[in-house]
Amino acid sequence: MYKYAAIDQQLVNERVAQFRDQVRRWQSGELSGDEFRPLRLQNGLYVQRHAPMLRIAVPYAMMSSVQLRKLAFIARTYDRGYGHFTTRHNIQFNWPRIEDCPDILAHLAEVEMHAIQTSGNCIRNVTTDQFAGVAADEVIDPRPLAEIIRQWSTFHPEFAFLPRKFKIAISGTKEDRAVTWFHDIGLHLKQQDGESGKSIGFAVIVGGGLGRTPIRGQIVREFLPWQHILTYCEAILRVYNRFGRRDNAYKARIKILVQALGVEEFTRLVDAEWVHLVDGPATITQAELDRVAAYFSAPDHDTLPAHDLVFEQHRHAEKAFARWVDRNTHPHKVPGYAAVTLSLKPHGIAPGNITADQMDAVAGLADRYSFGELRISHEQNIVLADVRKSDLHALWQEAKAIGLATPNIGLLTGIICCPGGDFCDLANAKSIPIANAIQQRFDDLDYLFDIGEIDLNISGCMNACGHHHVGHIGVLGVDRNDAEFYQVTLGGRQGNDARLGKVIGPSFSADEMPEVVDKIIKVYLANRLAGESFLDTFDRIGIDPFKNRVYEGRAHGKARVSEKEAA
Amino acid sequence: MTAQLISNKAVAVDTWKTLEMADGETPEAVALPAGDVIFPLAVWRARKDEIISTHKRIGLLLQPDDRVEDIAADLDYFIVIAVNFPKFVDGRGYSSASLLRQRYNYRGELRAVGDVLHDQLFYMQRVGFDAYALKDDKNAAYAIGHGFSTFGDAYQTSTSQPRPHFRRRSA
Repeated sequence: MYKYAAIDQQLVNERVAQFRDQVRRWQSGELSGDEFRPLRLQNGLYVQRHAPMLRIAVPYAMMSSVQLRKLAFIARTYDRGYGHFTTRHNIQFNWPRIEDCPDILAHLAEVEMHAIQTSGNCIRNVTTDQFAGVAADEVIDPRPLAEIIRQWSTFHPEFAFLPRKFKIAISGTKEDRAVTWFHDIGLHLKQQDGESGKSIGFAVIVGGGLGRTPIRGQIVREFLPWQHILTYCEAILRVYNRFGRRDNAYKARIKILVQALGVEEFTRLVDAEWVHLVDGPATITQAELDRVAAYFSAPDHDTLPAHDLVFEQHRHAEKAFARWVDRNTHPHKVPGYAAVTLSLKPHGIAPGNITADQMDAVAGLADRYSFGELRISHEQNIVLADVRKSDLHALWQEAKAIGLATPNIGLLTGIICCPGGDFCDLANAKSIPIANAIQQRFDDLDYLFDIGEIDLNISGCMNACGHHHVGHIGVLGVDRNDAEFYQVTLGGRQGNDARLGKVIGPSFSADEMPEVVDKIIKVYLANRLAGESFLDTFDRIGIDPFKNRVYEGRAHGKARVSEKEAA
Repeated sequence: MTAQLISNKAVAVDTWKTLEMADGETPEAVALPAGDVIFPLAVWRARKDEIISTHKRIGLLLQPDDRVEDIAADLDYFIVIAVNFPKFVDGRGYSSASLLRQRYNYRGELRAVGDVLHDQLFYMQRVGFDAYALKDDKNAAYAIGHGFSTFGDAYQTSTSQPRPHFRRRSA
């Protein structure tokens, strides 16, 4: 993975000193609360329901065991012994004291980590696919260009006070796993045949986003050669910085500007700006790409047979192991290796939470089984990307011992969930108890495996940190006359065919939610044809059968009887 | 609003006054004061010839939504262009400054005015400002000592450093 050069370390160290001075001036009254707020946000520091919350970046998902041990130390020393992984490659601590944050940032800087631009109206952490570099369906490893974009976006002087936050995601695989259609800028790396052989570039998508106004992004350029990505992003950001709305925070994201102008006019403005920047000094050099790419060369894999006999024997002999292999391991480019997901979704725990002891243990697993590296997925799990198949059984046993081997990746209880009203000031409703109640209801593994692949995503408010819009089943916490209710959507999805779910009808109380999910699942099971996933069945039969079952016996909410059925 | 002018990393005497229009005054009719005056864009547009004939040294005030493209042909007239930051979190002025310096090659004084604070000086300097009307109740000496040198280097291209760091790497 990337190692800091002198300038990277220098800037992170100087950031710590800057923030320490800002905290001091705020404490002494030289900086007012209003003046300090945007500054602390750009260091990931929120003031939350119970205490400040510090959000730390894990750029494009990569972390070393050394870094994870440092996070464990911070969790123990400055927090309450745990952390929470988010849907955008960050880890959050929920209980630090503001006055300790400069010291926390100094500890992070020692291991090449930071909280720079993890919040605020600036360019946020660049995200990508948790299987970057190992995925069997990868076209191009997105990490070198993600690192180059990270550097470009860090302390960009022109774009530190944008109308609103700005998120960039890059996918380098055939199947998009980075939710690129729902980012401010989504980038798809691809290859194109040119005169001098294959050339690498990006399809550029702009104006996607979840949140209050969920919109799928639109392509502004089908193929942009990689050398131009910084100048092109600069053109997009400049147009947004100048013309994005600033009168209403809810209408300030770039997606609203793209909608207001129309994608053709927006693209015209960007191209008119880009004419002045293209081929300028910010054009990325081959030397720079090569320098950064060298850090992401594959680790020293052994030459192994594609099939490992002992692994296959364990798999046939132990159903529990077979299930874990089925759900929690993933195909790898290199024969004899697999990528492994450690589930941070054991039933009854806040999804994405991990204790300091677990962090230390996972760091050990990474050292012993995966070259000392790990990744964070946007589904809030941990990935060990380079595990020998012959080690899977031993790894599984160790993961089980620390409670991180629940075989529910991609299943109903592998829920994506924001911290919600238990922690977050923005939330309208709690989300963690809903996740836990659903996990409790579906605690039978045989049943979960029978239901099969299904994404259930929960957000405690319309800011959509839990990505509810793209859950096959989405749950959104809403506030109705000071009471917490939950709106359910069906049919959303991420990936190449990413779309927003459809609202099923009137919202439900917290108590009703496990039963509602149960009814939805029963409609699927009653209607599915052989081999059909939940989404397949939903796409075939539509939302009405689900409505009718969920709102059965109620005066409202059921689908209208169609003319055909009435006749 | 009074402010402390920082120029050349020192507190400087400000010889310029900004024409402020009272309610009911119009760009066409407002009295033009003598001396070094910074004129709002609307007044400059309405009275350009008159201003040129009566003022040897001319300043221009740009609001965040004023488009620098529109005055690109006039830049040679201005000794000072003041870019207003009504709130420091309104970042449009950074793009105005970048365009003035990088695209339109404006060489006169580029002054940040309005809600100008210590913690934005580093970025302002990078995009091409060279004068700063720091808010009056702020510690100018401390800002001068620390606000411009917060970071010793930077990754991106900017007015003050047109070459990105990756083109300046040794080996």
